[in-house]
Amino acid sequence: MDTREKDIEKLKDYKYGFTTDIENIKAPKGLNEDVIKFISNIKKEPEWMLNFRLKAYERLKLLKEPNWQKPKYPKIDYQDLYYYSAPKSMKDKPKSLDELDPKLLETYKKLGIPLQEQARLNGIAVDAVFDSVSVATTFKEELTKQGIIFCSMSEAIQKHPELVKKYLGTVIPVTDHFFATLNSAVFTDGSFVYIPEGVRCPMELSTYFRINASETGQFERTLIIADKGSYVSYLEGCTAPMRDENQLHAANVELIALDDAEIKYSTVQNWYPGDENGKGGIYNFVTKRGLCNGKNSKISWTQVETGSAITWKYPSCILKGDNSIGEFYSIAITNNHQKADTGTKMIHLGKNTKSKIISKGISAGYSDMTYRGLVDINSKAKSSSNYTQCDSLLMGNKCGAHTVPYIKNKNFDSNIAHEATTSKISEEQLHYCQQRGLSAEEAVGLIVNGFCKEVLQQLPMEFAVEAQKLVGISLEGSVG
Amino acid sequence: MSEQLQSDFDKIVKSLKISKEEIQIKKDFLNKFIKKGFPNRKQEDWKFLDISQIIKKNISDLNFFNDYSQPNKIDSSIFVDDLEHNKIIFINGRIEKIDLDYEDQNKIEISDGTTKEISFDHKNSLIDLNSAFTNKVFKIIVKKNYSLKRPLIIYHSTDDKIKSTNINLRLDFELGENSCLKLIDFFIDNTSKNFINIFYNFNLKKDAILKNYKIDNFKNNNLKYSFNNIEQGDNSVSETFILSAGSDYLKNEINCNLNGKYSSAFVNGVFSLEENQQHEIRTAINHLVENTKSYQLIKSVIGKNSKSAYQGKIFVNSKAQKTDGYQLSKAILLDETSEFNAKPELEIYADDVKCSHGSASGNLDENSIFYLMSRGLNYQQSKELLINGFLLEVIEKITDSEIKNLIKNILRLKE
Repeated sequence: MDTREKDIEKLKDYKYGFTTDIENIKAPKGLNEDVIKFISNIKKEPEWMLNFRLKAYERLKLLKEPNWQKPKYPKIDYQDLYYYSAPKSMKDKPKSLDELDPKLLETYKKLGIPLQEQARLNGIAVDAVFDSVSVATTFKEELTKQGIIFCSMSEAIQKHPELVKKYLGTVIPVTDHFFATLNSAVFTDGSFVYIPEGVRCPMELSTYFRINASETGQFERTLIIADKGSYVSYLEGCTAPMRDENQLHAANVELIALDDAEIKYSTVQNWYPGDENGKGGIYNFVTKRGLCNGKNSKISWTQVETGSAITWKYPSCILKGDNSIGEFYSIAITNNHQKADTGTKMIHLGKNTKSKIISKGISAGYSDMTYRGLVDINSKAKSSSNYTQCDSLLMGNKCGAHTVPYIKNKNFDSNIAHEATTSKISEEQLHYCQQRGLSAEEAVGLIVNGFCKEVLQQLPMEFAVEAQKLVGISLEGSVG
Repeated sequence: MSEQLQSDFDKIVKSLKISKEEIQIKKDFLNKFIKKGFPNRKQEDWKFLDISQIIKKNISDLNFFNDYSQPNKIDSSIFVDDLEHNKIIFINGRIEKIDLDYEDQNKIEISDGTTKEISFDHKNSLIDLNSAFTNKVFKIIVKKNYSLKRPLIIYHSTDDKIKSTNINLRLDFELGENSCLKLIDFFIDNTSKNFINIFYNFNLKKDAILKNYKIDNFKNNNLKYSFNNIEQGDNSVSETFILSAGSDYLKNEINCNLNGKYSSAFVNGVFSLEENQQHEIRTAINHLVENTKSYQLIKSVIGKNSKSAYQGKIFVNSKAQKTDGYQLSKAILLDETSEFNAKPELEIYADDVKCSHGSASGNLDENSIFYLMSRGLNYQQSKELLINGFLLEVIEKITDSEIKNLIKNILRLKE
């Protein structure tokens, strides 16, 4: 058995499907002002933060859940969810990793996340979020030396209120759509990154999200600010245990790039997708938005979406600064009964702004994949350009692949080019590979990896290897 | 609005002399329309052209009743004279003349009746409006194995007698096995503030060929909406060409169901917009069985304060293996205030298909202009040459050479 087969054997069922038995503190079930106050109180938040939440909650009462998306889902009872769940031992936050609950450490070890500083060799600073709270952040000292702030959101609210106050809600305002506003009201933790002027972050920053408790929603909030002339590359990974019921994950991610700054945000999303009959799994309804606020700034999103029962997200770029650049690279794979409705929005406001969208969708089994994107070039965005390419690959005739691009050009000086194709792996390609000694599955793996190559190249090294494996595993059993 | 609708409806029913059941059918459509109202931008299909707003802003006191008791005078100067053709003439929505002199009268059957139930699912409230208010529905049947010798031109003309009026008209066509019809819709109007709502229903049997050319080139300040529903049997071909240029507001919609094997649909469109115009083409091509084919090419040239939109959808059913679907939309924006919107959509449930779409929009290529100017043309001439060349590609797709030349003449395009 070669290593790949072993991998597959091991991962045939969802590898991260275990649960960890840890005592939790939970807020009472339901969504109301008291719960929001409870969350704010337990996190010892200042008053402005509580007001921010309450304002969002007021707004939420007026909003209706959107229903224009392609994958439909049964109605979520928002009163039947826990909005806060934290490992009990975290109540008095441990000062160092040694004080951390060993069970938690074990969980992350199972997930392959190096929390111990010994794992220094990996050279990736990690912030781990378990259910709703951030449990540990590594490599803190080294980052502090450079003036980089990388900590959990709650810590940032305590220690750097001026930064949080200045930027939180500027890209995703509390008055945004239903799920974003819900997050603003009840978000519990997440990562906060601030890169000071002129600093190039020396290592990859990474957050690992894990939903453990049942009947909880995970609402984390990430805020990344790259000050003038700085650079940061940020990675995000996600897993959850196998459960029969659907769990909601509604995160907000805000990126802000000032003059000449660059942010690279990569996601490998592998939430529990449900079993092969489509039972259980995570609803991944995430709002991700980046603002290129300064001139010459750049934001690049890369995502590999293989998990979740339903993925519904559009990482977007608002290109406000002149000469700013937005990029979006995506691979979305759906198998069995998974559904995905994903894509991006590129909103060109500044002069000379450029954007590029490469999206690769693969659907197999009974799944449904939709690319939905918006390219909007404003009348003031002179000499802007966009290039979009979205390709879909279908495996079998029980699945669907859809492309819904919206193209709006209001500037006569700007160019938009859009291309999309839908096809299947041709018999000739398969035959050619098999003739040279590959098995059918290996051949498909090879072809699919070639199909995804443009996007995989954009991922940082460590992640690219993982993602490549994930691509193969996600399509397991869909050939033949 | 709804009081006006109700009272105009009563007037129409009185003038029509139809049976109680027929009145009831019309009433149901009216109630459906009153419930839904005019479409607005909140509906996905109307995102780019908000008819409800346009009517509110431009035609404040729309009335729905047309007195069809008196015939209108036919002005023969409107006829196309360099092409021998059959005629159907609508003046102010009233059918004045049906003239099929060139054809074998036994092979074509014309009947009239009132609106019956609509055979396909629709959310579109304008079809309800049309069904409630159309006067008579003419049905034209082309019999088996008959190809019309000359094209049929339908003249749509309005004169000063009508103002702020909604005109609804509907025609049904049935093309028998192995028959062929070339149909030209010719819009001649210089009136303003009327809302013209046209609904065509085509049923193509096995091996039938339909060619429909819609030409709206006369400047006018009306709002027009045209809906073509096309059902296609085995091996049938439909070709639709749209020249969208004259009206202030115009939306053409094509819904095409490829129900038969080896059937194919072609949609080609040209937007040529000058000032303050808003035009849209929306297509839905539904590939429902194996081995069907569709091809769409839409080009726009957009001037000052004008907007064009293209919403094209290719739907492929899970049974429709070996589908070939293609969409291409291109636009040239001539002014800072021009706007182009596109939504080329693919919805695919079968794996052995070849579907793709492309869209590009931008300015005239400065390098090409420089090239032409360096060869002695002035700026204006070079611009025109480039635009004509750009649009000619679509015109060249027209398969009937006589009609191709007619359209070239109308657009003053030379080869």
